[in-house]
Amino acid sequence: MKPSAFRIDADDNVATLLEAAGPGAIPLGGAGDGGTVTLLERIGLGHKVALEDIAAGAIIRKFGVAIGAAISPIPRGAWVHLHNCRSGYDARSGGFDVHTGVATDMVYE
Amino acid sequence: MSSALDASWSGYLRRDGGKGIRNLVLLIYTVQCAQHVAHAIAEGEKDVQVIGFPGCYDNPYAIRLLLAFARHPNVGAVLAVGLGCEYVQPGRIAEVARDSGRPAESFFIQEEGGTRPSIARGKKIVAQLRTEIAAEVPRVAMGFADLTLGCECGGSDGTSGLVGNPLVGRLFDALVDRGGRAIFEEIVEMIGLKAVLSARAANATARVDLEAAYDKAEAYCRAVGQFSVSPGNFAGGLTTIEEKSMGALAKSGTRPVQGVIKVAEAPPAPGLWLMDSVPDPHPVSFGYTNPNDTEGLMDLISAGSQIVLFVTGRGSVIGSPVAPLLKITGNSRTFARMSEDMDFDAGRVLAGALTLDAAADELASLIACVAAGAPSRPETLGHREYYVMYKHQTPPGKCRAAE
Repeated sequence: MKPSAFRIDADDNVATLLEAAGPGAIPLGGAGDGGTVTLLERIGLGHKVALEDIAAGAIIRKFGVAIGAAISPIPRGAWVHLHNCRSGYDARSGGFDVHTGVATDMVYE
Repeated sequence: MSSALDASWSGYLRRDGGKGIRNLVLLIYTVQCAQHVAHAIAEGEKDVQVIGFPGCYDNPYAIRLLLAFARHPNVGAVLAVGLGCEYVQPGRIAEVARDSGRPAESFFIQEEGGTRPSIARGKKIVAQLRTEIAAEVPRVAMGFADLTLGCECGGSDGTSGLVGNPLVGRLFDALVDRGGRAIFEEIVEMIGLKAVLSARAANATARVDLEAAYDKAEAYCRAVGQFSVSPGNFAGGLTTIEEKSMGALAKSGTRPVQGVIKVAEAPPAPGLWLMDSVPDPHPVSFGYTNPNDTEGLMDLISAGSQIVLFVTGRGSVIGSPVAPLLKITGNSRTFARMSEDMDFDAGRVLAGALTLDAAADELASLIACVAAGAPSRPETLGHREYYVMYKHQTPPGKCRAAE
């Protein structure tokens, strides 16, 4: 499979990677006009890339619905994940390890 | 146009009218103390499966769940085994099974004289029950209209919402159009989607029930401080519960939701139904809604699903008792890495190798094969995980918001 990113809804400001890729330009498929998106960093399969510059506090949109809000400004092409996007409901998961997703708030003693 | 959904196969007709795709002897133990004996009885016995409740104190929710399994369409006969001290009564379980037209027996390990005599007695009983149902249960023609299918997802990643769950959604649409029953659950994975869910209601009553179930689930997650999203989900690219929820909801397809059922309640009419497995308010809080994937699958089977579907991205190896489990992944790498465990590679849709409609038809063919007796991958590998927990739910029919 050639590296590409998939936008589910035309209003989405993120797309999902169908194969790990980056940095560099990859084709953009799914809803919308297609074209390419230039990844600013390595992004894994199933992870998201910003399709536009997103201001701090702005809504992250996927499936045409809000899936969270930006914690800090996110430039087009950046990886969107736990380090820069927070849930509107789940207050616990925001600080988890960005690569492994492992909880960082549980005390083992 | 011919479709895999035109398939028919030969099933098992129960005296209560149920139609099953397997003809099993189900062994039910009634306390953790009887667990070893129960599994030793079933060891090496074809078509004998085990579930059990670990608690010594009884719990109405757990009893409803056990009885739903005892009367499941895939179950032909029941043996209930207890230690002898516990609250849950094997004799009462056997009685309910007999009332449904299934041969059933029960005994206490204490009265048999301990481990070895109990195993010997149990093996003798299951051999008799198996012979009896093999000879006496009539076969019946079945098709997709006779099926109840349940689906949940676990070990989700970014592919689950893109293709794994949408594939099941497409299949559910086709099943519902044929007059079958489809069940989705995991309301705790619909967080942030109240408006989306509400808009799917088939009628005003269903809308009130869906909104009440959603509100209860969101309040529950907030109260326990835990949302249904795990380290594996995050590592697979899902960032928030809202994102995971939209992907999870895709498995419900596009047809109207007829209403809300509770655990151990069969859908009262054909169509698409949401199962509410979230605890109802109770002075004793019994822990998480779906503590693990197996618990959720047990819920779907308790509603009479003859087959259950499991969508995974990261990969999973579990199976299920009584109703065969089919494992679907939207991640072709996972399919290749865990090929013995996976039944269906939906990642081919992402690769452009086939359309979602073609994949749904292929999945329907696979379901028809398994319904006709072919083993699913978890069945072949011997996976029959089960989990029955303490929980409180208001009994079905007594909690409808519309009442």
